[in-house]
Amino acid sequence: MFATTTIAVLVTMTLALVRAMRGPTVFDRILAVNMFGTKTVLFISVLGFLLGRPDFLDLALVYALMNFIGVVAILRYYQARAREESAGQDEP
Amino acid sequence: MTAMQLTLDVLGWVFLVAGSILSIAGGVGLLRFPDFYTRIHAAGLTDTGGAGLVIAGLIVQSGSILVAVKLVIILFFLLLTSPTSTHALARAALTAGLKPLLAPTPEEDDRSST
Amino acid sequence: MGIYSLLSASWMLLLDAPDVAFTEAAVGAGVSTVLMLATLFLTSPVDKDSGRKRALPLLIVLATGAALAYGTMDMPALGDPNAPDDLHVAPRYIEQSATEIGIPNVVTSVLTSYRGYDTLGETAVILTAGIGVILLLGRSRRKDSPLAEEVPRPAGQLSLLRVVTAVLLPYILLLALYVQFHGDYGPGGGFQAGVIFAAAFILFALAFGFEPARRLVPSSALRLLMALGLLLYIGVGVWAVIEGGQFLDYSVLDAHDPVHGQHLGIFLIELGVGITVAATITAIFFSFADRAQA
Repeated sequence: MFATTTIAVLVTMTLALVRAMRGPTVFDRILAVNMFGTKTVLFISVLGFLLGRPDFLDLALVYALMNFIGVVAILRYYQARAREESAGQDEP
Repeated sequence: MTAMQLTLDVLGWVFLVAGSILSIAGGVGLLRFPDFYTRIHAAGLTDTGGAGLVIAGLIVQSGSILVAVKLVIILFFLLLTSPTSTHALARAALTAGLKPLLAPTPEEDDRSST
Repeated sequence: MGIYSLLSASWMLLLDAPDVAFTEAAVGAGVSTVLMLATLFLTSPVDKDSGRKRALPLLIVLATGAALAYGTMDMPALGDPNAPDDLHVAPRYIEQSATEIGIPNVVTSVLTSYRGYDTLGETAVILTAGIGVILLLGRSRRKDSPLAEEVPRPAGQLSLLRVVTAVLLPYILLLALYVQFHGDYGPGGGFQAGVIFAAAFILFALAFGFEPARRLVPSSALRLLMALGLLLYIGVGVWAVIEGGQFLDYSVLDAHDPVHGQHLGIFLIELGVGITVAATITAIFFSFADRAQA
């Protein structure tokens, strides 16, 4: 019954997706995407067990790494963008 | 199967099911909580409880030590990076001025009737 | 976009192609996201309206698309067991790989040995893309832009991100090495390892700022490495010729045991691919970063 766990994780991913689409703030979306990513790591791991191929775990690990880097990158971008904007305007 | 193996097997399933439930619960919370900061809690639940239990279940169910070790590494990695991302995210939101939804303070309660 | 990429990675997994899923996950989810963000940062957030509708490009696109579609109609259907590909070439690879090459991962054996030329070409393409990006983005830098500063931290507080990154980086590099050398046995190999390697440097730059990252890996070193990897690959091919065989025929690399020769050849070229990929991706990232500061 790895299948049930797989489905459960898939459901969670869908829920995250909905939140990612709804927002309302960009932070909500980033949160949802991050969660989608961690769930994918789970998904790949469980899928590996389901299909009897433990090498998937290597993939899951790499994906966890990429998810992390992606979120950090988004946050840096946001920060840099915000600083650029405030440098361009005079703040009261 | 010996009793020991049976217990282990059942334990594994229990972990997996528990993890799945927590995961979905967190997901639902993500959708229903009223503001961003509370949603962080919901997401965090899936990452620690959900992921932790599922991986624990997989570890118990795994055949080999190598697989178990890899799973531990994955869990370690997730537990280390996910809170970091969330922390950075929350800090960014706070700096950007997103205000948390707060309950009314006692003085206000005296005035309003809600 | 990250979601799209991991959906396609999942799909590939289901199609039982973990190596490809691996590369897709590594590149699409991590590196592409970072680069796209860098591009977004460089361009203005608002689309400039170009005014007139351009009909001609649209027409060209449609015509090319139609021609391509027409061309594919002649090809055998996807998965057709009688396609010439599947009748002669693939079975031979699958059947002979164990005896001729002797490594468990057939994908690797096909990519690096049977189809060594193709992989050589791919590596060259990666190098060329990297060169192109460097040429396009240039190297001018301005010191007073938001990205150039070391990211300021509130006084007396160690940034959590930096601490965690510092802890993680050695393990990430270890992972890269593992993937590089494990490619013979499981999913992995040069491309994937190179990406992970580059990801470590990108993470460092994101957490600690571009200046420290630049000091760690000067661009001259990067450019040297980019070319070096490809050179290694070609070098192996030439070595094979010197030994009396054809270009990139690894069997002749070891006079006593052709299978061992194959292993040696594969090892070296995977290394070459890994080096070039790692250096190129890092170089591309830094080029974007430099430009962002201009």
